Formats: sequence, structure tokens, C-alpha cells
Amino acid sequence: MAQGNIFVRVYRFYRDGFRSMTVGKTLWALILLKLFIMFAILRLFFFPDHLARFDNDVQRGEYVLEQLTNLKP
Amino acid sequence: MMLDTAVDFMQVVDWSRAQFAMTAIYHWLFVPLTLGLGFIIAFMETAYYRTGDEFWKRTTKFWMRLFGINFAIGVATGIILEFEFGTNWSNYSHFVGDIFGAPLAVEGIMAFFMESTFIAVMFFGWNKVSKGFHLTATWLTAIGANLSALWILVANGWMQYPVGMTFNLETARNEMTSFWDVLLSPVALNKFFHTVTSAYVLAAVFVVGVSAWFLLKKREQLMARKSMIIASVFGLVSACAAAFSGDRSGVVIAEVQPMKLAAMEALYDGEESAGLTVFGVLKPAEERTGNDEAFYFRFEIPKLLSLMSYRQADAYVAGINDLVNGNPNQGLMSAQEKMDRGRVAIEQLARYRQAKKENDAATMKEVAALFSPDTPQGREFLKNYFRYFGYGYLSSPQDIVPNVSLVFYSFRVMVAAGVFFLFLFAMNLWLLWKRREERYRPWLYVLLWSIPLAYLASQAGWIVAEVGRQPWTIQDLLPTVAAVSRIDSTSVMVTFFIFVALFTTLLIAELMIMTKQIQIGPKNE
Repeated sequence: MAQGNIFVRVYRFYRDGFRSMTVGKTLWALILLKLFIMFAILRLFFFPDHLARFDNDVQRGEYVLEQLTNLKP
Repeated sequence: MMLDTAVDFMQVVDWSRAQFAMTAIYHWLFVPLTLGLGFIIAFMETAYYRTGDEFWKRTTKFWMRLFGINFAIGVATGIILEFEFGTNWSNYSHFVGDIFGAPLAVEGIMAFFMESTFIAVMFFGWNKVSKGFHLTATWLTAIGANLSALWILVANGWMQYPVGMTFNLETARNEMTSFWDVLLSPVALNKFFHTVTSAYVLAAVFVVGVSAWFLLKKREQLMARKSMIIASVFGLVSACAAAFSGDRSGVVIAEVQPMKLAAMEALYDGEESAGLTVFGVLKPAEERTGNDEAFYFRFEIPKLLSLMSYRQADAYVAGINDLVNGNPNQGLMSAQEKMDRGRVAIEQLARYRQAKKENDAATMKEVAALFSPDTPQGREFLKNYFRYFGYGYLSSPQDIVPNVSLVFYSFRVMVAAGVFFLFLFAMNLWLLWKRREERYRPWLYVLLWSIPLAYLASQAGWIVAEVGRQPWTIQDLLPTVAAVSRIDSTSVMVTFFIFVALFTTLLIAELMIMTKQIQIGPKNE
């Protein structure tokens, strides 16, 4: 077992773990690419929060209330 | 111009539905294997912990590698669904308020602390932490994944059967009044147990199928046989539990979503002592006006539907026509009456909004009393009008009928596959016990090719659950047409195809990495 400060031991644990990975490295590359596409491209450019333009819940509520009461069947 | 706007709006609804369905289907390709394989690995590592036999460590590590691949490729695919809530379904997201937020927040915290922390110990901790600590981490990873599923399914259960909340007029949001009513609703509990047990079945079929491949290749035969024993026992128990929870789900659906039950059975005219259709071929939708015109042919077990739905062989089961047109003899209100009542509730909401604009305190107070469960008029209004709020957005009573063919056939695929897997695991255990497994090569091919069938059955189950409750995003309260955001349909179409490309790439990557690692097999240290 590695000795020393708990944080150092945890750091070494993860560092050694990542270093010893084989197939895991490919998987991490895939995960990072996927997260980049999701958060840096899709979230930013294609999926804005439709109600985020309002400052508070009251304004959001008013907007949704307007939508729900003006929709004609 | 008005027509163009209406057409574009309906395209937003349809494309948003298609996008959500596609994302959920892809997400669910990854989830069930994680839920079940986690426990199978934990059983194997427990064997290693108890015996100290290095064979079990090697076996555990092999299956853990496949678990890791599936986990890594699938992780965060569910977040896309949350993006879609905010962009495509903003009315819905706001309307559900904190009901959805609370379970998902608990899910996030639990998933982070349990899965993400212990999964690192599981993969990096061999020979670095004690055997007991490592085993604990493996069990907690499996339990953590299943607890994550619990909170997601509780949120889904609330959409199917909204309880434990009150509607806040001021914010136009539902607010949770009882966490326990939401968590312990019969729909949520049944949904959780049925979904996770069916996921265990899928994982067991996966392990049995991959093991069959090793036996066919005459490689790693001991590992394959021992893995098969564990997976077959786990699969058999899980398949029995899935059958039991599925039966309980039938009772709950009959009570809270009778239209879904009628669609599952393609039952057009309600009847006493209703029979269960084991198999049948439906006529085209426009010809299906009643029970006699619904099928080209069908094989039915008399009285079984009544018995399974209401626990009484002569119970009345409502049909699609009863639910659309109403049936006073059975106390069933027509969809038109519900639509009228829903419109009254919407009008009151509009009155409140107008009064608020004009600072008309008296009207605001009057309407607020109607929406309050603490006033007599409020209790009456909530029970008889607001309960049907969502019906007010429908244009025709027929709108409450889901896609009957899709629900009917999906239900039969799910049930037939479930029964087949019961037989598969039982037969496999018998062959393993008799040590005849390797002699029957066709049987090994059956096991191998059962893997895609397990995925098909799992997806079919979700189609029954979700298509069967259309047109609702929240049962009776919010149809898709009112839940969707007022956005441009072109952007939804574009993102739909981006997701198809992204998820298909991920799926191909998973299949390639997974098959390569299976071919490599367990590694020697």
C-alpha cells in the first residue's frame, strides 16, 4: 500500500490507474469526444434552454401561462 | 399564413416526439446491460472473495471489461434527454416543476458518489485495496446504477400517474406536496421493478450468449460454463420476477391508464369476462371499428384479460370505444365531456392571467380558490375539472387513442420474448447440469442469437409503456401538443439527424470494441 497523505494516496491511485489502462484509453478518448460534442457543440448551438431568456420564475410562469391559455385545440 | 404556422407547429410536435423517442431508444441500448451485468460481476467477485480462486478473479475481470466498455459508451447519453426537455419541451419542463427536479437531483448526486467513485475502485483497485474493499466497491457500483434507475423511473412513473402534487397558479408549476406519494406510487414501484428485472434478464442473456460463443469456438470452456451457470440462475430468477411485476403492472394500468390496456389488447368494445389475445393479426386502422372488425384472426384465452386486470374472471374491461364515446352503464365519461371540462379549467387559468394583468384582485382570489385543495370549491373543481385539464387541448375525442397496432404488436413481442427467456434459462441450466451443453451446437447458436432478441424485447417494453400513453406527456394533464416549445421545426429536424449520426457512431464503436475484446477473451496477469 502506498504511504503518506490521504490526498496523495488518492491521487496516486487514480494516476496509476489511468496509466495502466489499455482499452480504457480508447474509451476515455471516446468519452471526451462525446462530451465535447454534447456540451460544446450541441448544448451551445442547438439546444438553448427555451425559458432561459427570462430572469426569474415569475416571468417564466407568465410566459408558460400565456402559452397554455392561448393554445387553440 | 395561418395554415403554414399550424403545419409548422405540428411538425415541431412530431419531430420533437421522434427526436425524444430516438434518443431514449438509443440511451436504453446501453442502460440495461449496465444494470444487470453489474450484479453478475458482483456475484463472480463474491465467488473469488470466498474461494480465493484466481480463476474467478480472471473471469470477473473479463466481464468487468465488457461492463466498462458499455458503461463508457453509454454514459451521459441520457443527458441529451435533459437538453431536449429544456429546448423542445419547455412548457412541459416548467409545468412539471420540482416534481421531476427532485428525483433527478437525487439521481445525479447518487450516481456521482456511488457509481463514479466506486467504479474507479472497481477498475483501478485490483491489488491496491483489500479484497473486501474491492468487493464492496463492485457491489456498490451495481447498487448505485440501480438506484440511479430508481429515481429516473420514479420521475417517469409520475408522468404516467401524477400524484403527490398541487398546481401553483402563480408560477404555473406543479409543486410536490408528498415526496412519499411520488416515490411509492404503485405505478412508480411497478415500473421500477419491471424495468430493472427485465434489464437483469437482458444482461443474463448477454452473458449466456457470449459464453455460448466461447463454447462454439472451444475456447475458455470452464469460464464459459461457470459464467453460464451464474447468468442462467440470475436470469431465471429475474425472468420470474419480471413476469410477476409485469402481471402487477397490468392491474395498475387497468386502473390508471385504461386506454393503454385497451390498446395493448386492441379491445375496441368493452366486455365482461374479456379474453386475452395471445396472438392475432390486426386489420388496417380504418377498418377497426369494433371487436368483430379488429382482427383477421386471433387466438384468445377466455376470461384471462378480466382476471389479470381486475383479479375477477367476469370483470368488465373498458374498450377503446367506451373510453372515447363514454359508457354510462360502466360509469365511464366520454372523451368529449372530459374535453369540455378541461376547457373550463383552461378558461379559469386564462381568467386568472387576465385578472393578474388588470390587477383585479377579486377575480384572482376567486380563481385561486378554485385551484386550492384547501377550499370546498377547490376540491370540487380539482376533482371534476382540473383533473381533465389536458383534454382541453385536444381537437377530437379520437386524439386519446394511441397507435394501437404498434402497442399491440410490441406488447406481444415483449411477452413472447419474456416467456422464451424463462424457457431458455431453465433449459440451459438443465443442459449444464447434465453436462450436455457443448454437444448441442444448434442450442449454443440459439443462445448467441438470443442477445439481439433481448434488446428487441427491452425496447418493445418501452414502446408499450410510452406509445401506449399517447397523447400525454403527463397523463390527463398535458398532451404533447401543449407541452412542446414554440420553436422552428427545421432546427429540431437538423438535430434529429445529428443525433442519429452521433448515436449510430457510438453504437458502432461499442459493437466494434466489445466484439474485439470478446475475441481477445480473458487476460492472464
